[in-house]
Amino acid sequence: MGKHNTPMLDELENGPWPSFVSDIKQQGEKGKQFLKEAPDDLLGVMELSYKDKVTHWKHGGIVGVFGYGGGIIGRYCDQPQMFPGVAHFHTVRVNQPASKFYTTKFLRELCAMWERHGSGLTNMHGSTGDIVFLGTTTDHLEPLFYDMTHELNQDLGGSGSNLRTPACCLGRARCQYACYDTQEVCYQMTMEYQDELHRPAFPYKFKFKFDGCPNGCVASIARSDMSVIGTWRDDIRIDQKAVKAYVGGEIPPNAGAHAGRDWGKFDIIKEVVDLCPTQCMRWDGNKLEINNRECTRCMHCLNVMPQALRIGQDTGASILFGAKAPILEGAQMSTLTVPFMKMEAPFEELKELIEKVWDWWMEEGKNRERLGELIQRKSWQEFLRIVELDPDPRMVDEPRSNPYIFWKEEEVEGGWIRDIEEFRKKHQR
Amino acid sequence: MPYDPSDPLKDRLTDLGPRYYKEFFSPVIERNYGKWLYHEILQAGVLKHVSETGDEIYTVRVGGCRLMSVEHIKEICDIADKHCDGYLRFTTRNNVEFMVDSKDKLQPLIDDLKSRKFSKGSNKFPIGGTGAGVTNIVHTQGWAHCHTPAIDASGVVKAVMDGIYEYFGSMTLPAPVRVSLACCLNMCGAVHCSDIAILGIHRKPPMIDHEWIDKLCELPLAIAACPTGAIKPAKTASGLKSLEVNAERCMFCGNCYTMCAAMPLADDVGSGIAILVGGKLSNRMTKPKFSKVVIPFIPNEPPRWPTTVKAVKNIVEVYAKDAKKYERLGDWAQRIGWERFFEKTQIPFSHHLIDDYRFAYTTWRQSTQFKF
Repeated sequence: MGKHNTPMLDELENGPWPSFVSDIKQQGEKGKQFLKEAPDDLLGVMELSYKDKVTHWKHGGIVGVFGYGGGIIGRYCDQPQMFPGVAHFHTVRVNQPASKFYTTKFLRELCAMWERHGSGLTNMHGSTGDIVFLGTTTDHLEPLFYDMTHELNQDLGGSGSNLRTPACCLGRARCQYACYDTQEVCYQMTMEYQDELHRPAFPYKFKFKFDGCPNGCVASIARSDMSVIGTWRDDIRIDQKAVKAYVGGEIPPNAGAHAGRDWGKFDIIKEVVDLCPTQCMRWDGNKLEINNRECTRCMHCLNVMPQALRIGQDTGASILFGAKAPILEGAQMSTLTVPFMKMEAPFEELKELIEKVWDWWMEEGKNRERLGELIQRKSWQEFLRIVELDPDPRMVDEPRSNPYIFWKEEEVEGGWIRDIEEFRKKHQR
Repeated sequence: MPYDPSDPLKDRLTDLGPRYYKEFFSPVIERNYGKWLYHEILQAGVLKHVSETGDEIYTVRVGGCRLMSVEHIKEICDIADKHCDGYLRFTTRNNVEFMVDSKDKLQPLIDDLKSRKFSKGSNKFPIGGTGAGVTNIVHTQGWAHCHTPAIDASGVVKAVMDGIYEYFGSMTLPAPVRVSLACCLNMCGAVHCSDIAILGIHRKPPMIDHEWIDKLCELPLAIAACPTGAIKPAKTASGLKSLEVNAERCMFCGNCYTMCAAMPLADDVGSGIAILVGGKLSNRMTKPKFSKVVIPFIPNEPPRWPTTVKAVKNIVEVYAKDAKKYERLGDWAQRIGWERFFEKTQIPFSHHLIDDYRFAYTTWRQSTQFKF
């Protein structure tokens, strides 16, 4: 029994899915956290919200560590007398290792540090990817940062109008589809742009996300201002023997992902050839053929027959810009900008591209205007001039249907200066 | 030397970045980096990856709460120490993955995970979240830690996952169903491309704290924050500088409150849930898609949000019965037509669902092709 009566939250201890309420309670009972009352008081203030149906957290508050403008988010309770344990309850974002592999040793060290300096509550992980330490007081921020950097060689993540903590899929660590080394690029870009990550100098947030293939497990196309998505430009590798094994029912299709229901015998024509969006495949009962020139690398056939088909060997990434959630002009997905870039260390070509984009956005972007909104306001043509790329039909779904072309004067023979008097000599008023 | 408060900049270390990811690789992950050939899902939540070196790795995926205590993390560490030589990983969708390097280590790990329960009986480590099923719901902070939410996050997620639990631990759906929750339109959880999105929305314009607004906020920034130009300068009767909101032009985005603490808009009956469906992120077969609003409002119903749970479950079940193998929810709705979607799900269609914002016209139907 905790400090507060929480009948509504207690209802969330029932049912099969893990109960965060039970978990917070166990931290309150057994935990060694410095802010002893925090778990109980967090349940208390949440119970109050469950009763009132509104939040009891105040708007922001500027706190942080010296020299950084991001990584800590100020948070204060609007009922501090009732819930002193969470009266000051700041968030600390800790930059996660690329793709979130851990040793238990490191996780235990993080836990011990957070018990020493905070509430003992976390998010594993926050939406952007950070390890989130949930709730501490202002006087603990500097000691926490000191210990984290000195003892764990570990830094904070991003928040505010800066580069947000980059994120990537697990890539080559445990996936056969990774078309480039997502973890290495993510790490290298994070290190290269530490200044941009810690010290806000942008009009608004900027996110990088690195997906190893068009399956998009880290959601880069929807969630990042710069989306780097793995692809290849040669041929899908086919193991004809394994194709036959799928057709013969020896290997479960789609890696067994549909095993829970009887969908009938696998039919390669119905399930692969006919579902190919470009109709570039052929199965004659004996041999699978792919017209690779027409393939758009949607991944369907590879997903259905992972033991028979492999990505090509001339691999790299497509780079897209401008995704964001609805605030403010409406949700946007990223637009294809560089159809193909080789992704090899030290990734100089990528860095050059990033810096051109940032220079323009920092110069032209309005306060709280995301890159995708700036591109819409200024035009794709303007963006192409900035990144010094030639227009390419791959960048659009279709050409424009309105004829309102913003011709440039230099594109029009004789320029725009004309003499009305000359005109009138031939045309009466 | 410990931290010295009298000299905070002494021995200061900055710009270290994250730890190098390879420090955290188990030997089999390290050895086979970039060499994986294929994978198989042996049962819901259990994956086998095979490398060209002949090595194999077996993964057990379990659902996790994003809001997690260090006591729980330590228990995760105990399990990884016992079965996985001290290595583990987390996924983008708040799952935890335990990996072992041979098949004989798999069953003891699974048995151990299944045996662990919280004090009131909920599973600590439900196994699943793979293939054609429902995986963990990614979500935001809600009433646990945020100042702008319209709804709670963790509680709604717990209630919904309890309601569709059977689809987490099985693979009976036509394709994966990704459910996401964001507790306000800021969408730090970016749910706008999910098969099913649960979104917190407001329906009352901001209140104005006239006595304080000029002291707390930059008024021009609050005015500029409004995408519909609904906010203008005003003076109170006592002559204080303040703002005025044209309520009819307010679309309840909350952007003004983000800029100005003296304009709160959350409300016990005004705020609640909208349900969006049919988004996707992958490029598989069809292009990535935005989710579309199909239920404009469900009231906040703590602690277990029964109407929301029922709505999500209904959509999953109608889709499961009607869609073709491999067809994502949005592709199914598009194939049968949205008129059929509303008919089959028995969700009422109202004027709220027709777009009237920036790109509205692109979603209206300019065709005589429709279904009776």
